[in-house]
Amino acid sequence: MCLAIPLRVAAINEDKASVELGGVLREVSTMLTPEVRVGDYVLVHTGFCISVLDEQEAQETLALFAELAEAERELIMQEAQQDSTPSAEAS
Amino acid sequence: MSQANAYRDPDAAHRLIAEIRDAAMDTVRIMEFCGGHTHAIMRYGLRQALAPQVRMLSGPGCPVCVTDDREIDHAIALAHLPGVTVATFGDMMRVPGTRESLLDARAHGAQVEMVYSALDAIALAQKDPERQVVMLGIGFETTAPTVAASILQAQRANLSNYSVLSLHKLTPPAMRAILDAGEVRVDAVLGPGHVSTITGVAAWRFLPRQYGISCAVSGFEPLDMLRAVRDLVWAVNDAPRVSNAYARGVAETGNPVAQRIMGQVFAVGSTAWRGLGEIPESGLAIREDYAAFDARRRFDVSEALARPGRSAHERGCRCGEVLRAVIEPDACPLFGTGCTPARPVGPCMVSGEGACAAYYRYGGNLEA
Repeated sequence: MCLAIPLRVAAINEDKASVELGGVLREVSTMLTPEVRVGDYVLVHTGFCISVLDEQEAQETLALFAELAEAERELIMQEAQQDSTPSAEAS
Repeated sequence: MSQANAYRDPDAAHRLIAEIRDAAMDTVRIMEFCGGHTHAIMRYGLRQALAPQVRMLSGPGCPVCVTDDREIDHAIALAHLPGVTVATFGDMMRVPGTRESLLDARAHGAQVEMVYSALDAIALAQKDPERQVVMLGIGFETTAPTVAASILQAQRANLSNYSVLSLHKLTPPAMRAILDAGEVRVDAVLGPGHVSTITGVAAWRFLPRQYGISCAVSGFEPLDMLRAVRDLVWAVNDAPRVSNAYARGVAETGNPVAQRIMGQVFAVGSTAWRGLGEIPESGLAIREDYAAFDARRRFDVSEALARPGRSAHERGCRCGEVLRAVIEPDACPLFGTGCTPARPVGPCMVSGEGACAAYYRYGGNLEA
């Protein structure tokens, strides 16, 4: 029930916004988020924008996840190198 | 990489899981309050991935599931009134009351319409001025402001054939009730992401302050949830605190416009929760100023409600205990046999956020 999906605002007309959903424009209410601007990403719940996504926070979160992924890949590489060294000696 | 994939990167997930496993000193018991989290956690296999260091417990955060049988009867009684159309979110259609569900009622001739938004119910009322349209106000803080906004809209449009049966509930009092009951050990709480867009992270500050347990507000992508779990495991090792692992969508003080509209239309009062009983200051009733839009005041169905049938509990349903995390869904004798998504006895098997539906769909019990 509390499902909400992030969508990009394509246009605003009074207290309604057009958001892009799967290539189709859908109208949602901006009564709860009057601060919304064209180009913003919003969380949409039962036909209402309930939150305007904070772009900078989103970028910081993505940077954190990218860093974690990078750390994991480095570990995998190190383990692969350690594994391959003895077998190279054996052959 | 697309935005969605960046929140689901398997390498980042493996790193987070490894860090959680390393940090957890004993089994950390985390209650995910929100049913949306329960489904996302099971869908991505995170319960299994985190066990045994972390044990995820499913909480009462499914609005349909915590709606009392008698309230469902009330909605159905309204639908049977001549000239009345009941508009409802789809989740509610198949939840059994003590005699039938809204879907059964529709099959028996009652007017029940599924809507995606309260504004769709307003449109129904405008289209057919001869019919009374009653919107079922189901949902937590996420949804209540949208239904409040629909009442303001109806007032502006001078609609005399639109009203709301408010069954809205507030989440922090339910969390308190579970902790006060002390039936289950909860070390930390995964805070509901979309409820918190409205309430803000601030709504959960009572958890460390009064109960000494941590809360991390989380989004619904796998990496969001794993990051929140890592925050919680760190906090359990360190000191109780509230953290925001969903800062892109949730602000410290939430959405002030939504809070104002919700407070303008609704007054906080006591209400009954399935499984948790009557909880003070946990329900939202329509204020006197908006009495004209209150279906409880507009329609008298006391006669129809005087003789209820057998409650789900009386039919062997253990949703109440599932909602309190006292039992896991498959410990209920009806699970998967007498109660299935196709023929549900209790609401937790019906709702897209219900724990029983999640266990049925994804398989749940780690000991099985």
